[in-house]
Amino acid sequence: MADAAHIPDEAETRAKWGNFAFSPEYKKKADIYIGRYPAGRQQSAVMALLDLAQRQVGEETKTQGWLPVPVIEYVAQYLGMPYMRAYEVATFYTMYNLAPVGRYHVQVCGTTPCMLRGSDDIMAACKNRGLFKGATTPDGLFTLTEVECMGNCSSAPMVQINDDNYEDLDYDSMTAILGDLADGKQPKIGTQLPGRHTVEPYGGPTTLKAMVDKNHDYRGEW
Amino acid sequence: MLQDKDRIFTNLYGYQDFGLKAAQKRGDWDKTAALMKVGQDAIIEEVKASGLRGRGGAGFPTGMKWSFMPKNPTPERPNFLVINADESEPGSCKDREIIRHDPHKLIEGALIAGFAMRARAAYIYIRGEYIFEAKVLEKAVAEAYAAGLLGKNAAKSGYDFDVFVHRGAGAYICGEETAMIESLEGKKGQPRLKPPFPAGAGLYGCPTTVNNVESIAVVPTILRRGAAWFKSFGRENNHGTKLFQISGHVEKPCVVEESMSIPFRELIEKHCGGVRGGWDNLLAVIPGGSSVPLVPAAMMMDVPMDFDGCKEVGSGLGTAAVIVMDKSTDIVRAISRLSYFYKHESCGQCTPCREGTGWMWRVMERMRTGDAAASEIDMLFEVTKQVEGHTICALGDAAAWPIQGLIKHFRPEMERRIAEKHGDNMLEAAE
Repeated sequence: MADAAHIPDEAETRAKWGNFAFSPEYKKKADIYIGRYPAGRQQSAVMALLDLAQRQVGEETKTQGWLPVPVIEYVAQYLGMPYMRAYEVATFYTMYNLAPVGRYHVQVCGTTPCMLRGSDDIMAACKNRGLFKGATTPDGLFTLTEVECMGNCSSAPMVQINDDNYEDLDYDSMTAILGDLADGKQPKIGTQLPGRHTVEPYGGPTTLKAMVDKNHDYRGEW
Repeated sequence: MLQDKDRIFTNLYGYQDFGLKAAQKRGDWDKTAALMKVGQDAIIEEVKASGLRGRGGAGFPTGMKWSFMPKNPTPERPNFLVINADESEPGSCKDREIIRHDPHKLIEGALIAGFAMRARAAYIYIRGEYIFEAKVLEKAVAEAYAAGLLGKNAAKSGYDFDVFVHRGAGAYICGEETAMIESLEGKKGQPRLKPPFPAGAGLYGCPTTVNNVESIAVVPTILRRGAAWFKSFGRENNHGTKLFQISGHVEKPCVVEESMSIPFRELIEKHCGGVRGGWDNLLAVIPGGSSVPLVPAAMMMDVPMDFDGCKEVGSGLGTAAVIVMDKSTDIVRAISRLSYFYKHESCGQCTPCREGTGWMWRVMERMRTGDAAASEIDMLFEVTKQVEGHTICALGDAAAWPIQGLIKHFRPEMERRIAEKHGDNMLEAAE
């Protein structure tokens, strides 16, 4: 988030997050991740632990979460690595929020495949609801970010909001999704095209039709 | 057209459950130990004979890659398999379908491939944005462990093998194999200089092979049906079946498994309902994901969709991510948006790429609005040539090629915009 990230000042952040520690549930998860790497290579788990920490901050603040400096320090200490090495990772990867975000982090894909299918309209729908790139709405509900290709190109345009993807969007369906979230309702996840299942051609698959209704085993036809 | 019985990813669209039981009914994990019994070298030979080329973009023969791994690893210095599921190339969305709908094909492939290259474990590096997909994959891996298909004496083969999932956190560059290894070690994903190649010193300094998800997931089926079966599809040197991902201005964008070398027009007609507004409305195609140069409509129609076919028209098959653009497309903006992508994703390690991608994007934006001078088209081309080939990894090349393709095929459009903005006199004066 290069543009307009408002990071609270350090004294305030320290006062609030200085005593951060993983909750028992998150600690359990963290130790499972660490166990995936050879002994002495626990630094490999830094990405997973930063993600967990961000999620825990998110739960505590009722947002998607972010990484205050004391929290990054905690993760570095947890893994026995220098703070700077953890900070480097937090700043390098885009999914770590270095500043607070809203309840819903609206990440609209704007890369060419989505652009060709109308991501401008999705941006317009956001703008019409008072969302601006790099900013959080005054009610703290939405933060809008334009992101790079999310790998949903055959069901473009798409948006990822917190952990969920919404695909095959247009202006109206995007407006409806934002409206639902604001009203505390969970919109349908995945493609928004009625009748489309996932990434088969719209209107029904051209191949593997036997799979639609039952778990067909093709081995008998080999 | 490829028949359904010859399709590998039968649950591609996720109409059926991804779980172990359903996957076994479709034929996964069927006598895996027997497939492994032929021995490591025999598996590698079979994969070589099948003609399988890496599905991640570069198209390096998969069997040959495996054969570079040391034959006698020690417990102190084991071999590793790293599976590249960091699918971030604009246009690519095939690995996502494999992972969320047919993950057991990938996990079984990981065991067989890992065994063949004498690896101790496989790490599946899945991009951070695939949150739901990572959950599915974790679940599938846990199922495989619970059923004794992974771990000690995996699938009763007598071979001990682990599969671990590692989530990324949003960095395109981690799809580059050495950047992926850095990232797995808990660092910034900045590519390493080669040599040493990963097969010599990769993850934790140990011999490592990095393979794409699709390359690994097709292996069990190749072994079950034989190299000759796989080789029967596609032209010489371009064998097998392939997941094509079609996006952009077609009537029905989709992901579909087809035979390699299927002609472009046939692919679009059969599965995508044709080009939006008809074939006369086709402007250009990016046949292999954002990193390859675009191809104008007239040249693209009858191209066989394979490595050599796309190369012959000055582009590449890449990941077979076909981005179709009709005549309503602002072609300069489409490429400029890709330039922005590369600027955003440059890891910042090499100066030509770090500075060049930003410079190229800014000039492309001026090209888009016509605010550039005509002479700058040549300058832009010159700069792309200075970035290309002067960086540690191929991101610099990937940023340069789309612009080179644009200048090569759509120079008149760029000049038209400049002329329109400045008036014809300016253009003449500039020339």
